[in-house]
Amino acid sequence: MADTVGVEGIKAVKAPRFRELKKGETRKHIINVLVRNELGVLARIATLIAGKGYNIEGLSVGETHEKGLSRMTIEVIGDDIVIDQVVKQLRKLIDTLKVRDLTDVPHVERELVLVKVHAPTSRARDEILRIVEIFRGKVVDVSPETYTIEITGDEDKINAFIELLKPFGIKELARTGKIAMRRELFVEENLQE
Amino acid sequence: MSRKGADIVIETLKKEGVEVIFGLPGGAIMEVYDALYRDGSLLHVLARHEQGAGHMAEGYAKATGKVGVAMTTSGPGATNIVTAIADAYMDSVPIVVITGQVPTHLIGNDAFQEVDIVGITRPITKHNFLVRNIEELPLMIREAFYIAKTGRPGPVLVDIPKDITQQLSDVPIPSEKEVKEALPGYKPHVEGNIQQIKKAAKLIMEAKRPVLYVGGGAVNAEAQEELIQLAEMMRIPVATTTQGKGAFPENHPLSLRMLGMHGTYYANMAVYNADLLIAVGARFDDRVTGKVDEFAPDAKIIHIDIDPASISKNITVDVPIVGDVKIVLGKLIGEIKRKGAKLRYPEDREDWIAQIEKWKKMYPLTYKNSKEVIKPQYVIEQIYEITNGDAIITAGVGQHQMWAAMYYRYSFPRQFLNSGGLGTMGFGLPSAIGAKVGRPDKEVFCIDGDGSFLMTMQEIITAVQYKIPIKVAIVNNAYLGMVRQWQELFYDRRYSEVDLSLQPDFVKLAESMGAVGFRAEKPKEVKEILAEAMKVEDKPVIMDFVVDREENVLPMVPAGKSYRDMILEDGKDADAETMYLVG
Ligand SMILES: Cc1ncc(C[n+]2csc(CCOP(=O)(O)OP(=O)(O)O)c2C)c(N)n1
Repeated sequence: MADTVGVEGIKAVKAPRFRELKKGETRKHIINVLVRNELGVLARIATLIAGKGYNIEGLSVGETHEKGLSRMTIEVIGDDIVIDQVVKQLRKLIDTLKVRDLTDVPHVERELVLVKVHAPTSRARDEILRIVEIFRGKVVDVSPETYTIEITGDEDKINAFIELLKPFGIKELARTGKIAMRRELFVEENLQE
Repeated sequence: MSRKGADIVIETLKKEGVEVIFGLPGGAIMEVYDALYRDGSLLHVLARHEQGAGHMAEGYAKATGKVGVAMTTSGPGATNIVTAIADAYMDSVPIVVITGQVPTHLIGNDAFQEVDIVGITRPITKHNFLVRNIEELPLMIREAFYIAKTGRPGPVLVDIPKDITQQLSDVPIPSEKEVKEALPGYKPHVEGNIQQIKKAAKLIMEAKRPVLYVGGGAVNAEAQEELIQLAEMMRIPVATTTQGKGAFPENHPLSLRMLGMHGTYYANMAVYNADLLIAVGARFDDRVTGKVDEFAPDAKIIHIDIDPASISKNITVDVPIVGDVKIVLGKLIGEIKRKGAKLRYPEDREDWIAQIEKWKKMYPLTYKNSKEVIKPQYVIEQIYEITNGDAIITAGVGQHQMWAAMYYRYSFPRQFLNSGGLGTMGFGLPSAIGAKVGRPDKEVFCIDGDGSFLMTMQEIITAVQYKIPIKVAIVNNAYLGMVRQWQELFYDRRYSEVDLSLQPDFVKLAESMGAVGFRAEKPKEVKEILAEAMKVEDKPVIMDFVVDREENVLPMVPAGKSYRDMILEDGKDADAETMYLVG
């Protein structure tokens, strides 16, 4: 059995040419979606992402300055190539106006976190206040036993802050999910809308 | 002028140019049916099951290129049509489905016949709407039509709560312009990037062994003329998918007919050996490609498609072109002509054509006919003969569908209507009804399996009621034949739950519904009853062709295998020699 294929005179050697889509890198993507604030739009987007077998890690939605338009920031861990598909399909949705994968685009991102932490002793209170100050956080509620702290920042900063508070005992924690925006000074030319 | 929401529905449908609605009424949609009755100017075809209504709307849309309309009540009416919606989604069929919903104040209360049909159909519609107030009703219906028919076509559902159909309003029907303005996020790409088109033109002119691979997108775009021009001008052989049939005439010398799992030997060999594959309105479905990394292994790939999300989904392509197939092909031809003065395609393109001719002679589509027992392929050939190749053919899903694809030769777009993406048994009969309603000038034949037929056969009575003279040819092997074939080939003949030999008397069944019934059990009877059937002009005819039970559909590329693993004849795999050392 010869390992050649071809037609008369043209004997192409059958080399394994893997056209199948190679798997990309799997990592966290941050996708920005401008949507019309229509009934079911969130469900539509969530259905699409879940349909690819991916979980939404973070999600924030809020109205923009333009009436009827909301901006969503979606964090999802997935294969680069599949995420590219997701982005294309998000663009196809009737209610999406702009979809952009910001992962490799210079961008600013912020998240707001509220942490309620045990602070029963004055030593603990001093210590916590010092950490809050360093991280430019704010104490927004106080009880004899606890502090509730507000902090904003990017993922690294927030994770570091939470790690530092853990030893005191975190009673409750809530994060808004990221919001993100592309940096203007780094506009790349062939960025697809 | 103030009128009821229900009247607005009818008024808007008329504004859209709707001629016919396929549906079945119930509580939540009664106001609309009342408005339909009072208006009296629209044809309504009363299906006997909402799935039937959905496939009728699809058949109408596939046969005419217009938007098909189906209407059902809430709850079970709506869930019954889900299969047809999914089918339309997979095969890009433009239909608008209007469902009644429980009154607004009851939504979410588990009210009688309430179901969240918008939620259920979200992943299988191009878009869907729940109407929340009467002011947005006409806009949403018009948006539904616009979305269904533009870009990559697809199904759109509009769910209308009963109270909205009862309220009064003088809201005007919006204009086309207002509809577009209401959809700022929806702008289908049509033009095609000119740089990419230039690249494609260059590849086409340089290729030695090009093949065109044409799918349903070419039919939707009405691109037959451009395809023929491109193929003839550049001498490129053309293979189509089940959905692409008729986009390029199969009696054309450059036609390779169908490729893929049950494609012809020569189509698959051509694709396998090609150095350039030009995919037009096709989506590299796994039934076409088989094992993806051995699909057209030596070819560069150009992919022209209206849907950006279809490109590079299953396979990496070299030159993607997003745009309307007809427009892009037109520009491509222009581009080639512009360069053509200096550059002609390589001389050895003729060697390629000659090689394909050899393949065609080596393994044409054939079967062993018999004098004792009816061969299913023979039935299809006879249907081809008696209709002069000019009928619209619909099919169920299974072996008969593939034989209908192989042994009838299609020469015009919208001629072969079948369920390609979802593979829905039961598609054949209702879609034939829809097709005949849309194209009364054409003979419409449904080539059905006995199993598929049983899934939607209640619609015979619909065809009788409206005097829709379709012809149904049941290729009766008393098996779920395609499943049996797989069990024979891949499960050591363990025929698990595929025997349908206990079956209704199809002739009596037809007659009981007021249709005409015939049966053929011997080969010589086939022509006779077809001739008889052709004489019937005012009612449907059901023909029961009792065929060889264990005939297989061949050639076949087993699922997930490469074209090199094609099975050519029963008991004979394509052996290494015939497959690789061609010529
Ligand atoms: C609704 C539905 N159920 C099950 C299947 C799986 N299936 C594919 S082909 C087939 C057999 C079809 O039998 P029949 O209609 O008699 O056609 P034949 O293959 O015998 O020509 C089945 C069960 C399907 N495609 N659709």
